[in-house]
Amino acid sequence: MTAIRIEGLTKQYRDVTAVDNLSLCVEEGELLALLGVNGAGKTTTVKMLSCLTAPTAGDTLLFDKSICRDAAAVKSMIAVSPQETAVAPGLTVRENLALMCGVHGFSHERQEAKIRELAERLGLDSVIGRKAGKLSGGWQRRLSIAMALISEPRILFLDEPTLGLDVLARSDLWDIIRALKGSVTVILTTHYMEEAEALSDRIAIMKAGRLVACDTADTLKRAAGTDSFEQAFIRIVKGVQA
Amino acid sequence: MRMLTFAGRNTKEILRDPLNLCFGLGFPLVLILLLSAIQANIPVELFAIGHLTPGITVFGLSFMTLFSATLIARDIGSALLQRLYTTPLTPWDFILGYTLPIIPIAVAQSMICYLAAIVLGLEVTVNILYAIAFVIPVSVLFIALGLLFGSILTDKQVGGICGALLTNLSAWLSGTWFDLDLVGGAFREIAYALPFVHAVEMERAVLAGRFADIFPHLWWVLGYGAAALVAAVLLFLRQMKRQ
Repeated sequence: MTAIRIEGLTKQYRDVTAVDNLSLCVEEGELLALLGVNGAGKTTTVKMLSCLTAPTAGDTLLFDKSICRDAAAVKSMIAVSPQETAVAPGLTVRENLALMCGVHGFSHERQEAKIRELAERLGLDSVIGRKAGKLSGGWQRRLSIAMALISEPRILFLDEPTLGLDVLARSDLWDIIRALKGSVTVILTTHYMEEAEALSDRIAIMKAGRLVACDTADTLKRAAGTDSFEQAFIRIVKGVQA
Repeated sequence: MRMLTFAGRNTKEILRDPLNLCFGLGFPLVLILLLSAIQANIPVELFAIGHLTPGITVFGLSFMTLFSATLIARDIGSALLQRLYTTPLTPWDFILGYTLPIIPIAVAQSMICYLAAIVLGLEVTVNILYAIAFVIPVSVLFIALGLLFGSILTDKQVGGICGALLTNLSAWLSGTWFDLDLVGGAFREIAYALPFVHAVEMERAVLAGRFADIFPHLWWVLGYGAAALVAAVLLFLRQMKRQ
């Protein structure tokens, strides 16, 4: 089943076109990486798909619900883990999770069960009583993803989830993201080539707001005539420039 | 229910910040003690406890602007609001969630100021309770200013604008520290065109039991409060749309 159907999505800011006539489909349970250099339009695309920014033109259907006409229905099935960690720093890990349960209207019993489940699933048990603002970047990212998963979203947007993390913390998060594949449709934006290659079913490469390629990492490498995905990315982006 | 969850989180964030407690509760208390000590040595009518305490309570409320503006600006900067905008919370849940928790904090702050004033010799009358009740519309004004500034400034800018500029302006233009008639001229005109001195004079009238004298000051406070609230809501919704 198609989870996301993007049709001619465009976002114009005065004289800058941040996203230009983007069309793309993502299947249910798929993990699609949005890859691109700075200003490629990745974050703007995620903001439009998650109803944070209205498109200038075009539309997108998330499980047949329009981001333009049915934002409430879309919001009920998505969750976002923004580029920043987006946690409440003065609250403990448990309180942050409880906050998300509360804003989604969970009963006390469901809240307790959900906190237990996510703390175990994301390995947060050891820091459950610590203030989020005092945690390392890696733990805050884990918490951020746990907060996004509270509502059991069908579609999860992860915006630069491993930005600024050390190698071990990144590896831990990759395991968490891999475990989501199949059960949740994930849109992942990243600057890291190896991250996109390691985690994604398909990779969409954006440049200056436009989609320049979208396929599996292996197919993109073959098309670019190289064994290195980083080289393939550079060739694809530069090839469009030329 | 959703709004209450969000409001509860905001209360915890404010009360768990030691700087908030230090400035919000400690600073007005220090001022009451210090100015009362001056009054004990060099009697000045302006610093008589019955005259001083209403001014200090209103001055203390300027920290509510700082609390709310800092919290909102930080939530925008950390993208927590961006995350929450994708949840079922409505715009009114956000506005009420930021406004309502600060009202009891403002009332508690005023109660502590009046308790300190009683220890320092303020006569205990039922008017103290009325004076604390009249703090509520004044606190709404200051909280609305916080919502307004938090919607348009970064958390660093909030520190300068609300922490330094607004607290000083609301103090100088309130008639708490010096008699505005002594300065006179344009300064006095400007002060009386703003709500701060009206809030202080309203509180003084209530505490003294001169209830007829709360007018027209109450109208000034309510008028500015309503205008600030409308502007704050519009600016908050604008930044919400910009996310």
